[in-house]
Amino acid sequence: MGNFLVWVVWFLAAGGCLATGVAVVNVTNPFFAALALIGNLASLAVLYLLLAAEFLAAAQVLVYAGAVMVMFLFVVAYLGGRADAPWAGGPPLLRTAAVVAAAALLVEVVVVLGLAWGDNLQDPAQVSDSFGSPAEIGELFLTDHLLAFEITSIALLVAAVGGVVLGTTPEKEDE
Amino acid sequence: MDGPDIGWYLIVAAMLFGIGALGVMLRRSPLIVLLSLEIMLNASNLTLIAFARQRGDLTGQVFALAVMAVAAAEVAIGLGLIVAMARRRLVLDVDQASALRG
Repeated sequence: MGNFLVWVVWFLAAGGCLATGVAVVNVTNPFFAALALIGNLASLAVLYLLLAAEFLAAAQVLVYAGAVMVMFLFVVAYLGGRADAPWAGGPPLLRTAAVVAAAALLVEVVVVLGLAWGDNLQDPAQVSDSFGSPAEIGELFLTDHLLAFEITSIALLVAAVGGVVLGTTPEKEDE
Repeated sequence: MDGPDIGWYLIVAAMLFGIGALGVMLRRSPLIVLLSLEIMLNASNLTLIAFARQRGDLTGQVFALAVMAVAAAEVAIGLGLIVAMARRRLVLDVDQASALRG
């Protein structure tokens, strides 16, 4: 019975994920696109929880749905009407090519998955209850992956400074 | 494990990646392109976490966390670029921003 409930939650989360993803790509108003992406990130967090990634689900909601998307909504508000993005008509050949490329990507992945299904994609490893908890992730970050952790912090610092530099326009440069 | 096999998660991730790729290729507003990029990054994150669960190895989750941080950095730079474009009164259209084209 618990199994059935997991399937229901999985279907809701996966369906919500795909529906909001289509909405992000499809709507013309970037404000609604950003809101749809928040829904997308939230339903992805549910999928992470089903995969025993509690800390990542929390980080997803806090960092992404919280901080990053608020930053995004601020920029949309700053741009106002200029941010509107109607579907501009590009060359039809390019559009068809884009759809074909995306479909080819999807078909490839599904075929490879179908080939590997019987061998490697069933009977997942047994994991303890603390798998994916903040304590275990934090320990890994401060032992095995300390270098990656520090490099990530430097990348974030550089990006923050770069964002500020890009945001301040020099007065006389354009002449 | 209760519920679906890892393969179902991977198929959802592949579909999300395709949707994001379509958005990047078809839309011309830099804001929507950035959002579609986020979808693609999140699809890859879902794949990493699914495989971490399958193998019982937390390294995948650590990698996914690093991807999240890089995505946040990318959004900061991307939004800075968009604001800079808007301040210089450029059209917000990635096809028009072709000054660096070779």
